[in-house]
Amino acid sequence: MKELLIILMSSVLVDNYVLSKTLGICPFLGVSKKIDQAVGMGIAVIFVMIMATAATWPVQVYLLDPNGLGYLQTIVFILVIAALVQFIEIVLKKFIPGLHKALGVYLPLITTNCAVLGVTIDNFGNHSVGGEIITGLNFGQSLVYAAGSGLGFLLAMVLFSGVRSRIDGPTTPKVFRGLPVTLIAASVVSLAFLGFGGIIDNLFK
Amino acid sequence: MDFRLVLIAIAIVGLIGLACAVILALASYFMSVKVDEKYTKIRACLPGANCGACGYTGCDGYAKALADGTVSKTNLCVPGADTTSRALSDILGVAFEDVEEKVAYVHCNGTCEAAPKKAEYDGIGTCRSAALTFGGPNSCVYGCLGFGDCADACPENAICMNDGIARIDIRKCIGCGICTRTCPKHIISLIPVTAKTVIQCSSQAKGAQAMKECKNSCIGCKKCELNCESGAIKVVNNLAAIDYSKCNHCGKCVEVCPRKCLKLADFAKSYGAQHAL
Repeated sequence: MKELLIILMSSVLVDNYVLSKTLGICPFLGVSKKIDQAVGMGIAVIFVMIMATAATWPVQVYLLDPNGLGYLQTIVFILVIAALVQFIEIVLKKFIPGLHKALGVYLPLITTNCAVLGVTIDNFGNHSVGGEIITGLNFGQSLVYAAGSGLGFLLAMVLFSGVRSRIDGPTTPKVFRGLPVTLIAASVVSLAFLGFGGIIDNLFK
Repeated sequence: MDFRLVLIAIAIVGLIGLACAVILALASYFMSVKVDEKYTKIRACLPGANCGACGYTGCDGYAKALADGTVSKTNLCVPGADTTSRALSDILGVAFEDVEEKVAYVHCNGTCEAAPKKAEYDGIGTCRSAALTFGGPNSCVYGCLGFGDCADACPENAICMNDGIARIDIRKCIGCGICTRTCPKHIISLIPVTAKTVIQCSSQAKGAQAMKECKNSCIGCKKCELNCESGAIKVVNNLAAIDYSKCNHCGKCVEVCPRKCLKLADFAKSYGAQHAL
């Protein structure tokens, strides 16, 4: 249980996908203008990350690894995630139109999101849990890791949309308006997250 | 080189791809959501200006309301005019209703020469911004500010700024009413194309003050009201207002107006040259 909590907290704060691993920057800059859009995108990402992990973990463990095809991981995962997102969209449109409308354009946008692909691949990478290094998470740990990464994405989006609402005002010098000041602000927020570096080890001592 | 490894790789990726394709094909076949045919047809008839003149959120909203049957009026689309109304009536099988074509008109004639400035404005060059600064730089706080917010908002580029006031090209105007909502002074309104008389002032200032502020202002003298045969003109808040449902286009008011702020106009002629009436 403690293990799962460590994985969850470290994926939200320390290994934040946007701010520490710099993955998923495109939606981070594109859809963080308004807080409600940022929340919509964040929730869609959490949803897809968990679903993608649930779909790709068995593919890797039961299909690729036994046949020595670990090197096909990236291309197979892209294929599976793209199909999965399309499938989810069809199902939602039919059975939960409300949710489909709420997720809207963000769901197909995530199809090719590198943060989602990053999570599914990182599930088989190295993780530091309670001072030990684990290579390859088990299924339950992977799901928790995906949920944590999605939450981290949501957190980064919401925080940054707050920052953006302040920097887009008329006090910003004209040459910095738009993308330049957004990128500078993103780097400052990213620096702030650097402060979480050692928090997990001390939090769960 | 072991070709079996290559074959296994191809087979597995191919199988995964095939499985995904089959699942998606089945899903889209069994879980497809039907789109109302009527809606698609109706939407194709609408001009797609998304102006909101019909009272719905863009053309999609109006098409949806028509398809659902929540509204049966086919003459709400002003930019589409009679052509659209007729097409919609055909699809829905309801009686054709004539669209009351409307054009936007700027009720101000405070040209640079007629209405002196009371101050020098050097701020952000939009009407909205200028209106917030003591009601704008003009001596008359009711008049056109001349920064062209309406011209920027117009989807048809029908508005241009001339001699300090906005002027609307009737031949291009589609009657969407976006400018009437954009103008911070609310001096633009939609009037029927059939109108022959227009009031060229929006000043609600009392006579003496209005006279001082602009050479072309309405002073609320009520001469037009007294001379109107059909009772279409009423002076409200020191400003003449025309009720077009009563006006019989006699033109008496224009003759008696001492300030020449009532004007004869013939929108139908220039409007009809460009739009099929």
